[in-house]
Amino acid sequence: MSHTAIKDTRTPVDPSDGRGSLSQRSLPRWAPTGFAAAGLAIGAGVGAGAGLSSKVQWGLIAVVAFLVISYTATTVVENRRQAKDRLATSVVWVCFVLAVIPLVSLLWTTISRGIGSLDPHFLTHSMAGVIGSDPNGGVYHAVIGTLEQVGIATVIATPIGLLTAVYLVEYGKGALARAVTFFVDVMTGIPSIVAGLFILSIMLMAKIGPSGLMGAIALSILMVPVVVRSTEEMLKLVPNELREAALALGVPKWRMILKVVLPTAIGGISTGVMLAIARIAGETAPVILLVYGSQFINMDPFNGAQSSLPFYIYEQYKIGEVEAINRAWSAALLLIAFVMILNLVARGIARWKAPKTGR
Amino acid sequence: MAKRIDVSGLTAYYGTHRAIDDISMTVEPRSVTAFIGPSGCGKSTFLRTLNRMHEVTPGGRVEGKVLLDDENLYGPNVDPVAVRRTVGMVFQRPNPFPTMSIFDNVAAGLRLNGTARKSDLAETVEKSLKGANLWNEVKDRLNKPGSGLSGGQQQRLCIARAIAVEPQVLLMDEPCSALDPISTLAIEDLIGELKERFTIVIVTHNMQQAARVSDRTAFFNLAAVGQPGKLVEIDETERIFANPSVQATEDYISGRFG
Amino acid sequence: MASTTPIDTPPASPVPPAGPSSSSSTGRAGDKIFSGLSRGSGILLLVVMASIAGFLTYRAAIAISKDQGNFFTTFDWSPSANPPVFGIAVLLFGTIVSSIIAMVIAVPIAVGIALFLSHYAPRKVAAPLAYVVDLLAAVPSIIYGIWGALVLVPYLGGLNVWLDQYFSWTYVFDQTQPGVARNMLTVGILLAIMILPIVTSVSREVFLQVPRMNEEAALALGATRWEVIRLSVLPFGRSGVISASMLGLGRALGETMAVATVLSPNYLISLHLLDPGGATFAQNIAAKFDEANPLGRDALIASGLVLFVLTLLVNGAARLIIARRKEYSGANA
Repeated sequence: MSHTAIKDTRTPVDPSDGRGSLSQRSLPRWAPTGFAAAGLAIGAGVGAGAGLSSKVQWGLIAVVAFLVISYTATTVVENRRQAKDRLATSVVWVCFVLAVIPLVSLLWTTISRGIGSLDPHFLTHSMAGVIGSDPNGGVYHAVIGTLEQVGIATVIATPIGLLTAVYLVEYGKGALARAVTFFVDVMTGIPSIVAGLFILSIMLMAKIGPSGLMGAIALSILMVPVVVRSTEEMLKLVPNELREAALALGVPKWRMILKVVLPTAIGGISTGVMLAIARIAGETAPVILLVYGSQFINMDPFNGAQSSLPFYIYEQYKIGEVEAINRAWSAALLLIAFVMILNLVARGIARWKAPKTGR
Repeated sequence: MAKRIDVSGLTAYYGTHRAIDDISMTVEPRSVTAFIGPSGCGKSTFLRTLNRMHEVTPGGRVEGKVLLDDENLYGPNVDPVAVRRTVGMVFQRPNPFPTMSIFDNVAAGLRLNGTARKSDLAETVEKSLKGANLWNEVKDRLNKPGSGLSGGQQQRLCIARAIAVEPQVLLMDEPCSALDPISTLAIEDLIGELKERFTIVIVTHNMQQAARVSDRTAFFNLAAVGQPGKLVEIDETERIFANPSVQATEDYISGRFG
Repeated sequence: MASTTPIDTPPASPVPPAGPSSSSSTGRAGDKIFSGLSRGSGILLLVVMASIAGFLTYRAAIAISKDQGNFFTTFDWSPSANPPVFGIAVLLFGTIVSSIIAMVIAVPIAVGIALFLSHYAPRKVAAPLAYVVDLLAAVPSIIYGIWGALVLVPYLGGLNVWLDQYFSWTYVFDQTQPGVARNMLTVGILLAIMILPIVTSVSREVFLQVPRMNEEAALALGATRWEVIRLSVLPFGRSGVISASMLGLGRALGETMAVATVLSPNYLISLHLLDPGGATFAQNIAAKFDEANPLGRDALIASGLVLFVLTLLVNGAARLIIARRKEYSGANA
């Protein structure tokens, strides 16, 4: 990765030093930290003083105060150009902090509120016969549903995705390849609920009832473009010399692809598949439309309604009782842990298997 | 307006790697000084320390003194931004701002410094383009993008952009290496005219070019790959090419290595 | 890591050299089957895309033919009433308004974060921080949804009162029905948080591609860091930021769960962003599905078709801009 941080090492002001045309008064290095502290103090002071209930307002006041102080101080001590520069730096830092706050809050809330009822009982029981305000009940049926639906979707989507990527990189040229490339990109942007509606319309016409399989097919529509895109990138990184070396030995092209190209790119391909699994594991909308959700354990993904982790979270949230909300957070923690572990492992593989490029 | 440069004990690093070691020299005002030497000898790095551009490369670090007349560029309180306004630079590959018109390219530096009066701006842009021998070729298409010009014209546009802010010193890092012979000739002629007004330092791979354009020549060398570059000698260009005082210089110039 | 460098990989050693006659015959059949399969997969994707459009249109036609209201201008959504009356006016309005709010908030912040990661953050922390931003994208939308409903909504109550107090003259911030903040502004803020990662990571990629010599040109003129960004980085990255924003817009348009959990819907068109109410396509489908009769389901499919077309247009446009940009930068490289 090329990185282009521009850093100018500015030396702190030393009042005894004589200044020529190139020198200029400058703020000390700790100035931005000081401004930030002052901004926070003003935010908290005004917030508490005026009795503002929302911490969001405190934060906004602090941000505005921080920006005004740093701009004014720099204008006074240095000059307007430096002040603009300092303002831009401050704004950019503020943007970053703004993005971190929701992430931290979301993770913290999920962990702190979900860890309480996440126990063996929760993991091994379904919601059969459990009413909303009952603190018992669990996610067993939802975990089964998620594993089966995601499993089936992966079995459907991975070969199609791999073959499509092979087609695009090894065979494809002309209008068909261009159309496939374009529509793979467009498919990446299909909302999950639209994929759900598509399968629903087939179910309505073929008079098929809800099942895990139907949900899995909708999920596979969401998964295929992700697999194609990542596999394509990986196959493109396989050096052409390898292909030519194999072909020059008289190996047919299909064996060359199976024995040389795919094994070489396998690390990156598995990363892509795992990231795609992580993406579909959190999808709720298709499950609502196609699998319907259930309180009971249904091991058979081909017949009858099932639950899934994201659906379970939505269902418990809608009940609204304290106990149900607790169950929702615990299931959310379980789901986030699953998705994050998949992500970390996938990126771990990517880093471990990453091809060395020139950059 | 041209100023004299006094370098003493200058050492530059990339991270922990020492790129040039303990260089001292004087560059006379209103003259052309050429830096020659084999690849990797640090002549471009040294050039970039003269306007504090070296430190923008990741890991770049400088020790030592560069006096511009009597002011140390690396002194405390010195603003690198002000240094670069005083010491202009032209790069190896022409790099006009791709989205800007020819006029805006030349005016970019002036606008940064707040010379915003429209009539002044137009006047300075014209003067700078004339100074870069480009005015006649572009005066009818000042609003067209600068990237539409030929390589040689783009490089002269970059020179116009650099001299528009009236720097004291003009640094040129192999300004002709990406150009054809005719464009190269145009730039060399231009350098001859510009030295009436500016102190010019030019890095070049081409020894004939150094002999043609420069008043003084500095020869840089390195002991081995991975070793820091050093200044071998600096002298009048005629002396360097006719009768250098160091054997390595003569070997390099006569093509025995490098 | 080493397995893809040409030197370390044994060139095709797993394939035993076969006799010319046998390899050519099995090879030819195998080649046909394999290329047929991979080509077939590509065609299958096109077929799926076509049938999504086809099936949705077919079911939508059934629904719209029975609609006693005007499908595009009716506010109501009562497909099970007698006579059935439903229209997408409110849904279209709500979807677009919430997405616009999300864009207005998310794009500037995302550009800021992207600049932070590409030009401001210390080098050692830039890569891990970029990774953290990517992790934001991995959080399932239902979790954003319950976080939004249970954490964000209470926090925004005070802000709503304050906005109403000082900015009610702007009309959009005039709160006519005080209450919890289950309104379009909250939905927009939540959507903004959700699309931040995609807009940020695409913009950051573009900013990192700015040629070093363009930045040095500005630096050598005596530009400050901000002036370098204004002169070189932003002009170079503009089209990339536009397409990144449109990718984010596509996500915001189709987001279901986060809106379904946060919004307190009704079928009114109002620009009072602080009042509860309004609805979006995806949210309406998720909320109305359970109670829908057969016609109701077809009506929801019809609304889904409009959403499909909308996201198709936005994503297609984004991809075209990216493709054009690639050609442009390739020609100048």
